[in-house]
Amino acid sequence: MKQSLFTIIENTPLTRDVMQMVLSGDTSAITTPGQFVNIQLEGKFLRRPISVCDYDENTLTIIYKVVGKGTAQMQAMKSGETLDILTGLGNGYNVNRAGDAPVLIGGGVGVPPMYNLAKKLIGMGKKVSVILGFNTESEIFYENEFKALGCDVTVTTVDGSYGVKGFVTDALPDSYTYFFTCGPEPMLKAVHKATTTSGQMSFEERMGCGFGACMGCSCKTLTGYKRICKEGPVMRKEEIAWN
Amino acid sequence: MELNVNLCGIELDNPVIPASGTFGYGYEFSQLYDINCLGTFSFKGTTKDPRFGNPTPRIAECTAGMINAVGLQNPGVEQVISQELPRMKRYFHKPVMANVSGFSIEDYAYTCEKLDKEEQVGWLEVNVSCPNVHGGGMSFGTSPEAAAEVTKAVKAVTTKPVIIKLSPNVTDIVSIAKACEEAGADGISLINTLLGMRIDLNRRRPVIANTMGGFSGSAIFPVAVRMVYQVAHAVKIPVVGMGGVSSAEDVIEMMMAGATAVQVGAANLINPYICRDIVNDLPRVMEKYRINNLKDIIGGVQLWEKM
Repeated sequence: MKQSLFTIIENTPLTRDVMQMVLSGDTSAITTPGQFVNIQLEGKFLRRPISVCDYDENTLTIIYKVVGKGTAQMQAMKSGETLDILTGLGNGYNVNRAGDAPVLIGGGVGVPPMYNLAKKLIGMGKKVSVILGFNTESEIFYENEFKALGCDVTVTTVDGSYGVKGFVTDALPDSYTYFFTCGPEPMLKAVHKATTTSGQMSFEERMGCGFGACMGCSCKTLTGYKRICKEGPVMRKEEIAWN
Repeated sequence: MELNVNLCGIELDNPVIPASGTFGYGYEFSQLYDINCLGTFSFKGTTKDPRFGNPTPRIAECTAGMINAVGLQNPGVEQVISQELPRMKRYFHKPVMANVSGFSIEDYAYTCEKLDKEEQVGWLEVNVSCPNVHGGGMSFGTSPEAAAEVTKAVKAVTTKPVIIKLSPNVTDIVSIAKACEEAGADGISLINTLLGMRIDLNRRRPVIANTMGGFSGSAIFPVAVRMVYQVAHAVKIPVVGMGGVSSAEDVIEMMMAGATAVQVGAANLINPYICRDIVNDLPRVMEKYRINNLKDIIGGVQLWEKM
């Protein structure tokens, strides 16, 4: 974990309420895809935890949905402004278990962490399938970005306005060696049930600190109590205990 | 410049103490800085049996503060002794404050007796804000009699200084502090969190699954200063002040109100370096207010003359 100041390079809309923010700063604490950052906002008490979409030596890309006052405040920020960010939080995806042909499944704002993960896996020479699930066509983002990485991309929409009609589980490939997923909990539950291989899933919870101190985001797993912010947010399929 | 204070017979290099529940067992913070720069810290509230705590969500944002309803998640006193304390010894080399909670008088006595025997434990900080399961669920800390009963039971089985941590959710905190003092408490710490609640307007539900939780953060600082002032001027035993402290100035204000040492809680969750920063900033602030020895200012607030 590292606390440092980042400077906004760009902050642009991807859809009506989903924004992409690119920042420059010290990303050295980020070690794996699937980790998150915790952002301090002026006038807000708690930081805002946001998953990492992509990073390199000195830039960080996050994608966030404007859902409340904090994210609305972020949306109004301009390039050149700075943010105090804790980076390198949480346990991300372990890419070494992927096998030759993993499938990556992202739903809504669960899509962003799949991006750097796909990049890493492609870099390792894997054949990567990606399923991106949205409610409707106007909510879709990053389809072309995943294609540009060389992934085999399928988009699903619940209303059938684009791609495969239905849920991400309706578009699972015939064969895959492993899965990685992030999205709303009902989707994770469905993916857990529909997948035939091992995999890793990323969870969300309201957090206090984001670095394991307050026990605000604890959950029960088959291998004991875990902190979503510290032992998670990524968990192995085999250890998840659904409520 | 002298920053050291004496808390119930044990010398502290400085009065800054991370508060229980915001610092775990210090491990996460020890990865960020050498936590031996602190006066001490109060570790995560320990109970007789392991507890998962309340269902999530357990956290709610507020203006200048937060609500938590973690519900005393901890691995239980046996595991704290067998695993957490041996690990803590490797990165923290000072007496530590053991925070204890219970749901019956027997629970408190059992857990305190065990922790009292641990070499590194310097003080027992007894949180009486928990509900008394045999007493209709009312918190021990809401009546002078129940708080005194816990104090007596703990004092009877321990040798180390016992500090009773009081709840602010009471009509007359002074009477409770005095009852604890008479029952043999070596110190008083206050304030625990204020009972609070938030509602999610979209879902028309409480933000927190447990409906209510403890409100903390800078918003509660004035309430804490007031209660520390009232209690410190009514008892002879030392008082540990806490509630919304987030700067060296706040530490000094708490001490002027009557605190011998000062705990920092919610601020640790936003800035993990805050306690180290406060320790480093204290000399500058002392100089600014012409303070040479921190001990000189304890309870030193001078009231306005009545006209």
